[in-house]
Amino acid sequence: MKAYLTRRYWFSASHRLHCDSMSAEENRETYGKCNNPHGHGHNYALEVTVAGQVDPQTGMVCNLVDLDAFVDENIVQRFGHENLNILTEFQGVVPTTENLCIVVYKILQEGFRHAEVEKVRMEETMLNSFEYAGGREARW
Amino acid sequence: MVYLTRKAEFSASHYYHNPEFSTEENRRIFGKCNNPHGHGHNYTIEVTVKGEVDPMSGFVVDLKDLKEIMNREVMETVDHRFLNKEVPEFHDLIPTTENLAIAIWKWLEPNFKVARLHRVRLYETHDLFVDFYGEA
Repeated sequence: MKAYLTRRYWFSASHRLHCDSMSAEENRETYGKCNNPHGHGHNYALEVTVAGQVDPQTGMVCNLVDLDAFVDENIVQRFGHENLNILTEFQGVVPTTENLCIVVYKILQEGFRHAEVEKVRMEETMLNSFEYAGGREARW
Repeated sequence: MVYLTRKAEFSASHYYHNPEFSTEENRRIFGKCNNPHGHGHNYTIEVTVKGEVDPMSGFVVDLKDLKEIMNREVMETVDHRFLNKEVPEFHDLIPTTENLAIAIWKWLEPNFKVARLHRVRLYETHDLFVDFYGEA
C-alpha cells in the first residue's frame, strides 16, 4: 500500500529579488518592493511530502525521526536566519520562492534515502505558496 | 470531473508497538509513541470524492449522504476510542497515521457507487498528515 506523508517545518530568512542582467529600472519594475537593496525577510513554512510503501513491520512510510533530522540539518539549519542572496546556491540565481523550492527539492532528492521525495511546497506568506515536484505533476 | 472534500474531526488514542520487536527495538524505533498506556490526538480527516456534476441536482455527491457515510464508517468506529484495543483492524496492525488512513479508505470506498473516492487525507497534528489514494 503506497501512502504519502507530509510534514511541515518553519524557518526565517531574508532575500532581495534582483537580476544582474536587468537594468535598475527593469529590476524595480519587475520586482517592486522586493528589489529594495537592503533585502527583507519572510517566515517560510515548508511542507515536505514523501511517498512509499507502508512498512508492514513499523506501519510507517518512513520514520519521522529520520525525516526531521535530515530536514533540520540540511534545510532548516542551512537556510534559517540566513540572507539567501549570499549563499552559494543563489549565486547567479534569483532567490525567489520558486527557486528556493527547486533548491530544497534537489537537496532532499539527492540526500534523503528513507523514502521517495514526492513534492516540496513552500509558503512565503499566508497569501502565497509554491510547489515543486521535480518537474513532474504532483499527486493532487 | 469535479472534486469535493468534506472534513471531520475525531479524537482517539493509540500507541505503537510491534510484538516481533524486542522491548529495546520498540523503544528505539517508536520512541515516545511506544508508551503502552497510549497517548491521544485530535485528528482531522478530509475525504475527497470525484465525479461528474449531476445535471439535475448540480451535485457531485449528496453532502448529506457523504456526512452519513463518514459518521457511520469512521466517526462511530474511531471517535473517542483507544485504537489498539477497541478497533478490530488494529489488533494485529500498528495504528500509525499511515495505517489509519488506509483503514479509513477501506471502510469508506465500498459506499461510493456514482461519485468515486479520490483521496483520504488524515491529519494527526497540524504539521503532519498522510494521503492515501487507494494505490497498491
